[in-house]
Amino acid sequence: MIKRLALILLLAGIGAIFAGLMLAHVPDGELNRTALYYAEHTAQDLGAANIVTAIIVTFRGLDTLGEVTVLFLTAAIVGLVLAKGKRKKREARRQPHLPPSGELLGTGTRLLLPLILLFGAYVFTHGHLTPGGGFQGGAIIASAILMALLSNPLQKFSHRLISLIESTSGIAFVTIGILGVLLAGGFLDNRILPLGTFGDLFSAGAIPVIYTFVGLKVGAEFSSMLVSLSETEEL
Amino acid sequence: MAIIAMATGFILILIGLFGALSNRNILRMIVAFAVANTGVNLVLVAVGYMRGRTAPILDDAVPVAEAASRIIDPVPQALVLTAIVIGVGVTALMLAYAYRLYQTKGSLDISKHTDLKW
Repeated sequence: MIKRLALILLLAGIGAIFAGLMLAHVPDGELNRTALYYAEHTAQDLGAANIVTAIIVTFRGLDTLGEVTVLFLTAAIVGLVLAKGKRKKREARRQPHLPPSGELLGTGTRLLLPLILLFGAYVFTHGHLTPGGGFQGGAIIASAILMALLSNPLQKFSHRLISLIESTSGIAFVTIGILGVLLAGGFLDNRILPLGTFGDLFSAGAIPVIYTFVGLKVGAEFSSMLVSLSETEEL
Repeated sequence: MAIIAMATGFILILIGLFGALSNRNILRMIVAFAVANTGVNLVLVAVGYMRGRTAPILDDAVPVAEAASRIIDPVPQALVLTAIVIGVGVTALMLAYAYRLYQTKGSLDISKHTDLKW
């Protein structure tokens, strides 16, 4: 009872701080200097229509590399932590008998899977034009894998293929970054390829290429997490 | 509009903290953390909102020349995009550790896991 009371008091205090912050918040009337720089220079310097993408892939590309590394570490640790339990189970593995998932579910999954994968690829290749990008597209691709796993929990996905896709696209991402140092202004500079016509699919230099690799990498990492988590299921 | 989003975000943070502190089941705590995470993202996006402006994507509706006066702040959006992805990673890690804890102790009750308590 006292614990509950202390908790409510604590939350009331934090809530009061939040209320103070919120009431004192005055929305900016003008863009601040950082945002103004991005707004004015994205189109002419990088040729990308989506400023958020330009920030993530080029202006702050190094941070994105770090973020992808964090995701890779997460996927690796999830695999490591869950694999130990799996080895023990493999000895006592019995052939699990699940009722079939049903005609509607099976056919629906087979019908939707390629469409979702295609949509994911669309989202990450159009990241410089539309509100999308590698991370969103990768998450969509992983959602296709999740649907396949949900409709048929016994489905096996090749860990080797997933890690091959992941490491290849990671290496490609870094290679493009280093090419930026050699051929253009700096690490992950997108001007190693011609900027093209503003607003076209093949424009904005290396941004679509980088975001495609980021999409593949993120999709592979999320998929490997999902597959690892689903393989722990006691069947 | 932004004030509604911001208030929702703060309320979600409070709900998440309440859930994480008042529940003893580890899975419920993980869900509560995910809720709080969503709240933080919502607050960050709401801070970048500016009245009467539009998304930072340049096209026919937002010509390049007028970009500086027509778009909202793109930096919080880029930050939140990062934060969402890292949030997913953190949630997956927490779930994996919860599974291992369940394997060792056979229970998801946090009060049974007293190894690091002093």
